[in-house]
Amino acid sequence: MPGTTIAKAVNNGLRAAMDKDARVLLMGEDIGKLGGVFRVTEGLQKDFGEERVIDTPLAEAGIVGTAIGMALRGYRPVVEIQFDGFVYPAFDHIISQVAKMRARSLGKITLPMVIRIPVGGGIGAVEHHSESNEAYFTHTAGLRVVCCANPGDAYWMIQQAIETDDPVIFYEPKRRYWDKGEIPETAELGLGDARVCRPGTDVTLLAYGPMVKTCLQAAEAADAEGKSLEVIDLRSLSPVDVPTIVESVRRTGRAVVVHEAPTFGGLGGELAATIMQECFYSLEAPVLRVGGYNIPYPPAKLEDEFLPDLDRVLDAVDRSLAH
Amino acid sequence: MSDTDVAATEAEREPRSELDRLTAPVPAVQDGGPEMVQLLTPEGQRVPNADYDAVLESLTDDDLRGFYRDLVLIRRVDAEATALQRQGELGIWASLLGQEAAQVGSGRALKPQDYAFPTYREHGVAWCRGVDPLNLLGLFRGVNHGGWDPNEKNFHLYTIVIGAQTLHATGYAMGVQRDGAVGTGDDLRDTAVIAYFGDGATSQGDVSESLVFAGVTNAPVVFFCQNNQWAISEPNERQTRVPLYQRASGFGFPGIRVDGNDVLAVYAVTRAALDHARSGQGPTFVEAFTYRMGAHTTSDDPSKYRVSAEVEVWKHRDPILRFKAWLAHEGKADHEFFEAVEREADVLAAHIREGCLSMPDPAGTEMFDHVYVEPHPLVAKERAEFTAYQASFEGAH
Repeated sequence: MPGTTIAKAVNNGLRAAMDKDARVLLMGEDIGKLGGVFRVTEGLQKDFGEERVIDTPLAEAGIVGTAIGMALRGYRPVVEIQFDGFVYPAFDHIISQVAKMRARSLGKITLPMVIRIPVGGGIGAVEHHSESNEAYFTHTAGLRVVCCANPGDAYWMIQQAIETDDPVIFYEPKRRYWDKGEIPETAELGLGDARVCRPGTDVTLLAYGPMVKTCLQAAEAADAEGKSLEVIDLRSLSPVDVPTIVESVRRTGRAVVVHEAPTFGGLGGELAATIMQECFYSLEAPVLRVGGYNIPYPPAKLEDEFLPDLDRVLDAVDRSLAH
Repeated sequence: MSDTDVAATEAEREPRSELDRLTAPVPAVQDGGPEMVQLLTPEGQRVPNADYDAVLESLTDDDLRGFYRDLVLIRRVDAEATALQRQGELGIWASLLGQEAAQVGSGRALKPQDYAFPTYREHGVAWCRGVDPLNLLGLFRGVNHGGWDPNEKNFHLYTIVIGAQTLHATGYAMGVQRDGAVGTGDDLRDTAVIAYFGDGATSQGDVSESLVFAGVTNAPVVFFCQNNQWAISEPNERQTRVPLYQRASGFGFPGIRVDGNDVLAVYAVTRAALDHARSGQGPTFVEAFTYRMGAHTTSDDPSKYRVSAEVEVWKHRDPILRFKAWLAHEGKADHEFFEAVEREADVLAAHIREGCLSMPDPAGTEMFDHVYVEPHPLVAKERAEFTAYQASFEGAH
């Protein structure tokens, strides 16, 4: 399959951003000589030097905390958190400082920083390496939260995230890092826009990150049975592109939200509430959620049972259509 | 077993006795000990110091009188704010009483291009950086979270999460390095950063991480720890087994204990540490040994956890009295000057009281205004809903 992987697309996007703006610098564990554990920053330290691609001490609060200071000095730091489950030591700085700095300074300070987090399961990893913790961040005003699902978006969205003056949590679907695709010549959408990536008429599937591919496969399978599923890649989790969702669900009358994260208190509930409010008179069925079970992420041998897959998505579609 | 074997075994036991010593209960520290840099005794006697006397040579008599004025005025600001809280005009106030010399001495050692990262008690440093005290009162009144422009004053917003600002300061200093504003020899360009924190904060992981980052990057940052002996109700011995300034050696840079109630010593030590940082020689940990004379905040009751005899001991170490005695004895200031400063303090207090009482509440929509830089549909929607909801009460009784 031709094209560029998501990992390489992020790498190329970081390179383009660093070429364009000398204030952009990268900070993280093992991102220099090693190029990061997923090799997303491979070759960047060699080309941009140790002052701009910084191998930091092994301390996530320290990384995000010092990145805040760098941003206050006028830099645009892009932080790599090695795995989703390792962001928690930095949680205090993200929630109490990064998200609130602009508001508490009455707009006098901006923190243009990006925190990149490889997210989700499906790679057979040990614990703390497979989490989907987006809801912690979407719940916090002051942050933008986005998740790319394909190489084209990976390339353009990382640059848009770096360019915006707001702080951005940038999720990368780690099990899709090696999926290939074409990169368009220009950005097709803004950072906050959702994409209808497969039009359909019967049910709207709402997904982001690793679940977009799963939903597209489900739509393909459903098509063979004569069911037309529309798939929307949210891309931005905060803010959510409500008009695109509402337009779709008012047409199809049915919606299923799919994410790897546990459903309770997750983004799916927020989307279901929004759809209920905005599409009430168009709905033919309750909005359904397909997600991880509401338990700690299980050992790798059980993750295929834990994570939503094509069959669980189609099962939910059938339940929706049964109404 | 031969005699030599016995001797060898005993020698091997040596570390165990060292361990016993190290694990013995830590006595409460009452004074700074011989390692503490002090240039003025509590009685106002000048103590010669080979390392720091030269730093003071650049100070003019005007500078010295200026220090005194700062000390008195900021104590008056503090007293007025405490009174305003008692009268219900402020939600809370964190008093700096007793720490004036630590803050003025370090604050006046800063150059305009230096950047300071305060806790929520650095009213004296704020004063030195030109922040209007009314801005500080606005925060404690609940009008805003700090109304000054940090980049205009090179004085960051008050940070309430304990120790978090030490990392921001370190990162800022790493940015200074990348700007090439270190070690150029240009007095107007070389820049240092100062991070304020307290003895309690030294237990926070953030502070240790900041010392790691500053150490390995050799960042131009001074860690200025005001050891005021109390973290709300917990004394030093609940936070540390070693004198705090000694922590620095484990991170690979110098640590110094200075008499925090001696404005000359604080100025000299901080000035030297800042110069050290600006010249590219890296961080310093300064422990200013001082005392929180008042409560942690106006919500606190220190009578529940500390004895008044301890406070009495520290009253004799007052930072203003000793400096006034020395200025008078040296003939650097006269009665007329001291009287003039008192009158100025009265005027400032009246200004603060009037400014606090007449401080307008913020408009409701303001809370939506600065959440994001770029347009945000949810914030915009809720702002509009809030405005409409508020308008629905217009004309209602």
